[in-house]
Amino acid sequence: MPLLEVENLTTHFHTRDGVVKAVDGINFSVDNGETLAIVGESGSGKSVACYSLLNLIPQPPGKIESGTALFEDCHQQKKDLLQTSEKDLQKIRGNDVAIIFQDPMTSLNPYLTVGEQLIEPLIYHHDISRQKAIERAIEILGEVGIVEPEKRIHSYPHEFSGGMRQRVMIAMALITEPKLLICDEPTTALDVTTQAQILRLVKQLQQQRNIAVIFISHDLAVVAGVADKVAVMKDGCIVEQGSVEDIFHRTQHEYTKKLLASIPEGAKPGLATSTNDSQKNDTLLEVRELKTYFQDHSGGWFKGGKKTIKAVEDVSLNIKRGEILGLVGESGSGKSTLGRSILQLVPTTNGSVLFDNTNLTQLSKHQMKSMRRRMQMIFQDPYASLNPRMSVFDTLGEPLLYHGLVTRRNVIEQVLTLMDEVGLARSAIRKYPHEFSGGQRQRIAIGRAIATKPELVIADEPVSALDVTIQAQILDLILTLVEKHNLTMLFISHDLSVVRYIADRVAVMHHGKLLEVGNTETLFANPEHDYTEKLLSAIPVADPTKERERQLAALS
Amino acid sequence: MSEPMTLDNSFQQAEKGTSLWQDAWIRLRKNKLALFGLGVIVFLCVIALLTPFIAPYGYEEQDLVLGASPPSAAHWLGTDIFGRDMLTRIMYGSRVSLMVGFIATGVALIIGVLWGTIAGYTGGRVDAVMMRLVDILYALPFMIFIILLMVIFGRNILLLFLAIGAVEWLTMARIVRGQVLSLRRQEFIEAAVSLGLSRWTIIHRHLIPNTLGPVIVYTTLTIPSVMLLEAFLSFLGLGIQPPQSSWGLLISYGVETMEEYPWLLIFPGLALSITLFALNFLGDGLRDALDVRSSKD
Repeated sequence: MPLLEVENLTTHFHTRDGVVKAVDGINFSVDNGETLAIVGESGSGKSVACYSLLNLIPQPPGKIESGTALFEDCHQQKKDLLQTSEKDLQKIRGNDVAIIFQDPMTSLNPYLTVGEQLIEPLIYHHDISRQKAIERAIEILGEVGIVEPEKRIHSYPHEFSGGMRQRVMIAMALITEPKLLICDEPTTALDVTTQAQILRLVKQLQQQRNIAVIFISHDLAVVAGVADKVAVMKDGCIVEQGSVEDIFHRTQHEYTKKLLASIPEGAKPGLATSTNDSQKNDTLLEVRELKTYFQDHSGGWFKGGKKTIKAVEDVSLNIKRGEILGLVGESGSGKSTLGRSILQLVPTTNGSVLFDNTNLTQLSKHQMKSMRRRMQMIFQDPYASLNPRMSVFDTLGEPLLYHGLVTRRNVIEQVLTLMDEVGLARSAIRKYPHEFSGGQRQRIAIGRAIATKPELVIADEPVSALDVTIQAQILDLILTLVEKHNLTMLFISHDLSVVRYIADRVAVMHHGKLLEVGNTETLFANPEHDYTEKLLSAIPVADPTKERERQLAALS
Repeated sequence: MSEPMTLDNSFQQAEKGTSLWQDAWIRLRKNKLALFGLGVIVFLCVIALLTPFIAPYGYEEQDLVLGASPPSAAHWLGTDIFGRDMLTRIMYGSRVSLMVGFIATGVALIIGVLWGTIAGYTGGRVDAVMMRLVDILYALPFMIFIILLMVIFGRNILLLFLAIGAVEWLTMARIVRGQVLSLRRQEFIEAAVSLGLSRWTIIHRHLIPNTLGPVIVYTTLTIPSVMLLEAFLSFLGLGIQPPQSSWGLLISYGVETMEEYPWLLIFPGLALSITLFALNFLGDGLRDALDVRSSKD
């Protein structure tokens, strides 16, 4: 008999626009010492399914329509979670079943020390003394790999880095010795090297404690390493379920195949032919010893002692016309600041940026404005980068009209042409950003960036907020546009497989410094720098067998 | 067949112009309650404009023999203690009240939105100086400020508008600045900068439209408070003077005689309440109409 057995779980949301079948009759089970991964794109219902079990969905509009979820609690009693009263569920939550959320920043209370938050479930559920609880908290912080736990227990959440915070979350989840751990995208907000560490930690703790884990993720590659069983969800239904080997090696369902095929793999298509292009020899952008420092003004007007943050430190690189240079690095490495410094969106401290032999750092604001037409940017978050009160027509028409590239009369024609190019239906011209999905929004943002026919485009993590199948489409769109308009691109990303797929050359940044630059394949095959090697080895591979081998290698 | 149809349609719509306000008007027309509110306001304004021609009596016309009388066929809303027709006085009062309400709020709106947007978007020292100025004005006792103005420039109804507006814009500026501070960190503002748009274009095309929601709600709250402020000032003898009237003035006299002659309070009070309700309906409707995300079409 498995630890948790869910049958015919159905959760609907009753909204003004009608019933949304978020979870539509799914079955799954998970046993002690087993990891079940639920994989699906955003909106597939994977989180709602798990939150329904603990009655954590907002009701109304949500409603659990039917189903059973038999769970064996700490007294070896079988209970149907869906029939349990709220009061009894409170005893189960955090005690028998614990959850780790996606964003470790928002799921910890910033006003309490981590120690305070760690002992809270212990005191609440087990009624033990404060002193004992603190001892236990120190012990478990050590277990999840926090150095000097007896000191760190008095720190506040903001004093930890993202990865450390997620370790604290794991400690908090495990402190009551739960039998089932639900991880909701626990590594999505983390850097690739941190992600690898956290995944290893979850796996290791699970084996030591022999607990069951439900691992929710949108990323098949991440799942390959941790899961025993995989369930693939789409539109509220489980389309395919089986052992991790079956899912990856003996894929049955079309949708799973599509998901697997969308994982960017291998090198840029047609790389060999395009490098011989004669145009590639002239340099469009040259960055020389660029420095961008920020002053930390937190002291206020009258206090001295400013802190200087060296976001970009002595970076030199050049990009040839028609080339895509990938820029990789972890969060805080200064890669986004470098992109913004090139476009003069943040003031630079020293050094020069030569764009087509004009030094942008020397230009007046007015001169810079006329240059802006020739260089554009694509932003990460398609939800924040579009003005919510401007329709597609306004958004795409604005740069055209502002720079006098079209007359008022033929602006519609131009906007429609742009929409064709980025693959938006012409009928959507009057719609507003909120009426589009993330991928379509990113298409609008790309349309805006290429509207003025720029020569240089800086793409700052343009696909990292998107689902994997959409990501593949957008990457292909970018490649097509680059080819068609002979664009030069700086492609910033934390995702090495994406960069490998799209870039001609790759630059690696760490702590504001440029570590190495090289041709994509050369760099991926023979990284010169230790850090690059570390980055490369942390990329999860969508192959359970290879992942297992790698984990063994990492442990030994 | 449906594809070319929608295409033509979108062409026509796009050619008609794409301003935010036109879109908002299309959405507002679907909101019955807001339209009703708008209707009431327009009706009141028309009455106020035409008052000198359609008022049944003169506003100073007294009938001391009649004195205070309850509503009757000759005086629909009754008369006050001097025998003056209440309907006439409310109609004349609406001229002052609506004018104060709209003009003073308009002054506050324009100064407040511009001040807040410029301070919030520019940031740094400019922001600090601009906002400290707001703090200083906040700290000035409002009454002293207005009394000073009245003493220096003499009693003048225009000055009253300006004085009230000059005080009410402070809160507006703070609200807008807060909005702008969170907006300017958003990527679409950065995108606008990287498109090479000028500062002014960014402010009026990208920032101000996105602050409209709270601004409109606050505006609909400001209009009634301004009307009451005028009543307070008039009551102290700093605003308009009898025999002229305003709703606020009528209400404050009505309160004194509430027990003997309740209609002297009820009818001006009703006039003010109806206006406030209408404004609130309109304000809510406008906020929804201007928020493209709330539309369900």
